[in-house]
Amino acid sequence: MEAINHLPFIVGAYAAAFVVIAGLIAWVMLDFRTQRRALADLEMRGVTRRSAVERPQRPMAEAEEKV
Amino acid sequence: MSLVDLANPSRFLKFANRALPWLGGVTVIAFAFGLNQAMGAPDDYQQGATVKIMFLHVPSAWLGMLAWGIMSIAALGTLVWRHPLADVAAKAAAPIGAAFTLLCLVTGSLWGRPEWGTYWVWDARLTSELVLFLLYLGVIALWRTVEDPSRAARAAAILTLVGAVDLPIIKFSVDWWNTLHQGASVFRLGGSTIYPTILMPLLVMAVAFTLLFVTLHIAAMRNEILRRRVRTLRLMQAQATS
Repeated sequence: MEAINHLPFIVGAYAAAFVVIAGLIAWVMLDFRTQRRALADLEMRGVTRRSAVERPQRPMAEAEEKV
Repeated sequence: MSLVDLANPSRFLKFANRALPWLGGVTVIAFAFGLNQAMGAPDDYQQGATVKIMFLHVPSAWLGMLAWGIMSIAALGTLVWRHPLADVAAKAAAPIGAAFTLLCLVTGSLWGRPEWGTYWVWDARLTSELVLFLLYLGVIALWRTVEDPSRAARAAAILTLVGAVDLPIIKFSVDWWNTLHQGASVFRLGGSTIYPTILMPLLVMAVAFTLLFVTLHIAAMRNEILRRRVRTLRLMQAQATS
C-alpha cells in the first residue's frame, strides 16, 4: 500500500533522471555534430589549420591556435 | 600515453575519439547492472519504497560536488600554470555539474514530500546545494558573457575558486547545524550505517553515474576544443578577407 502511495514520487524521480541524462547526451552529440560541420565547411572553403596542410597558404601560416 | 601527452589538444582529441565508444559501452553496462540491482533492492524499514529515489539522489549529489571539485583544480591550472586544456576542462564540466546538481535537488524534493511532508525546507544542506546550483549558473553565464575564451577562463576560474568554499559547507552542513537532512551515512568514521542490500545498489549506481560523468566530460571537452578551432579559423578567414 505504501509503495503504491509513493509510486508517483519514485516514477517522477526516475523520469526526471531520464530527462536530464537524455538531455545531456543529446546536447553533447548535437554540439559535436555542429562543430564538425562547421570545421568541414571551413575546410571546404580552404580555411584549414597550419598543421593540417602540407603547404600552408599565407593566412594559415599566421594562425597560431591557442587550443 | 601519459597524462602529460594528453595535455596536447590534438592528442587529447585522438584519445577522446578512441576512448568514448568504450566508455559509452561500459557506462551502459554499469547502468543496466545498477538499475537491475536498484529495482531488486528491498524497501527500507523507515523510508519504504522511496529508498529507490536515493539510488539517483545520492550519486547526483556526489557528482554535482565532484564536477565543481574538478573545475576548481582546472581553475588552478588556468590561473597558475595556464594549462591549455585547463579552461577547456572547466568549461566542459560546468553544464554537466549543473545538470547533476539540478537532478539532486529535484529527486531530493520528490523524496522529501512523502518522507518529510514537504518538497522544500530552508535547511542548511538543501540551501547550500541550491547555492551550488546557482554558482553553476553564474559560471555558465560568465563563460557566455565574455567573448574571448582566455579572458572568460580567468574570470570563471576566480569565481570557481571562490565558489569552492561551498563544497565543505555542503559536506559538513549536517554536522555544523541542526538540519532536517540526515547526517553522513555512507562515508563516515566507523563505517557505513546502510544495510548491504541497499548499500550495494547505491554504490553500483554511483559507479555508473561517475562513468557517465567521465564520458560526458570527455565528449564535452572534445566539443570545446573543436569549437575553439572553428573560432580560430573564422578569425583567420575574417583577417584574410579584410
